[in-house]
Amino acid sequence: MLRLLSFALFVATWWIASLVIGDAKLPAPPAVLSVLIAEARSGALFVNLGATLARVALAFTLAMAIGSAIGYLMGRVSLANRLGDPWLILLLNLPALVVIVLAYIWAGLTEVAAIAAIAINKLPTAVVTLREGARALDPALDEMATAFALPRGRAFRHVILPQLAPYIAAAARSGLSLVWKIVLVAEYLGRPNGVGFEIGVAFQLFDIPLLLAYSLSFAGVVLVIETLMVQPFETRLTRWRLRAA
Amino acid sequence: MQLEVNITGKSFESAAGKRHDVLDNVTFTLNAGEVGVLFGPSGCGKSTLLKILAGLDGNYRGHVTRSPGMRLGMVFQEPRLLPWRTVEENVRLAAPDVDDGTLAALFEVLELSAHCNHFPGELSLGLARRVALARAFAIEPDFLILDEPLASLDNALAGRLRDQVATLVASRKMMTLLVTHDLDDAVRLGDRLFFLSPRPARILHVETIVTPRATRSEPEIDEIKRQLSQLDLANM
Repeated sequence: MLRLLSFALFVATWWIASLVIGDAKLPAPPAVLSVLIAEARSGALFVNLGATLARVALAFTLAMAIGSAIGYLMGRVSLANRLGDPWLILLLNLPALVVIVLAYIWAGLTEVAAIAAIAINKLPTAVVTLREGARALDPALDEMATAFALPRGRAFRHVILPQLAPYIAAAARSGLSLVWKIVLVAEYLGRPNGVGFEIGVAFQLFDIPLLLAYSLSFAGVVLVIETLMVQPFETRLTRWRLRAA
Repeated sequence: MQLEVNITGKSFESAAGKRHDVLDNVTFTLNAGEVGVLFGPSGCGKSTLLKILAGLDGNYRGHVTRSPGMRLGMVFQEPRLLPWRTVEENVRLAAPDVDDGTLAALFEVLELSAHCNHFPGELSLGLARRVALARAFAIEPDFLILDEPLASLDNALAGRLRDQVATLVASRKMMTLLVTHDLDDAVRLGDRLFFLSPRPARILHVETIVTPRATRSEPEIDEIKRQLSQLDLANM
């Protein structure tokens, strides 16, 4: 209910602002909606949203998997940490634009380059978060697992992984928002489709209704995924904590 | 099954590079069906000794020989349960092969039946201790290590739990090593009592109680306790 109200308030503010500023710079909601419907009818909206989502999914999965593994290793093995730390600092502070441009130069304007560039941008935050998680592992539980001769795989799954879960969730959450932001830049600079590409086209044509139509549908998709996937996942992970309280 | 302990020393190095001796000379053997009690002042190195015996610490001088294939059950000073698993899931993680009947009987003895589906965060310390005991017994250990399982519980509860432990220990033929600083617990539960010195720990005195645990009378227990409390441990 409150969400609906907040949405209505947003549309009202937008409408009023459009009346004040003028249609040329900020078209009113109906104008944007009609462009949105036209794009949906032609199928272009879904092709572009689908392309963007596929890139997000691939880059996110890749970065989470590799970043978590590296972070865990760095948290557990001090040699790995000392070797990896300078690279981590470098990657953490490297602007996304540099990574994307270099990837396109070295690997061409390809899908691989785009996804790799997005993944590399997200990677270091996953590493840092999981490293913290691995450092915070309880040695007492490790000893328990060893004393009871739990096989490695079982111990990792049932003793280690649940301790890392909040860190994985945090890395996923911050990582996803980072990927949402970067994917459009990568598409804008070197992909022939996707929301970022369409926004680029709209910018060149100064087609503001098209620009807003894509921006808003993208924002809508992000909102839906965050509410329907990320938040329930987090709740599930910490169920035992709620019951314990 | 037998445990042969022949430790000649164990020390830590502090951050400043200074050597701290924790264990001096600790030598004893423990046989199946026997309950050994390690009795000593707090901080004397008992927990370090237990870690070595449990195979958690291999960095010591001397050797510890365990019979091959020996299954270890351990109750740590803190319960060390996994907070994200229920009571039953905690026990089953350590003992995946335990059958439902055995587990139910174990929960019955330890008065845990009503708490099977609770998470550790919902349990009192006494209950969590009993879950840790259930976990150690569920794997049908050949060697059971109990690190002060009754500490910081009120008297009535500690007494009940001690009886439960005694029942469980008597029902299987395994080696048990109990750490305590309560003489009453030591005399009631133990067959052989090892008195340890302050750090670095060495065995000062071994007391063997001949009467089987189940048939020890109250006057006999009091008499043993009286004799033991007169030991002049400081000058041994």
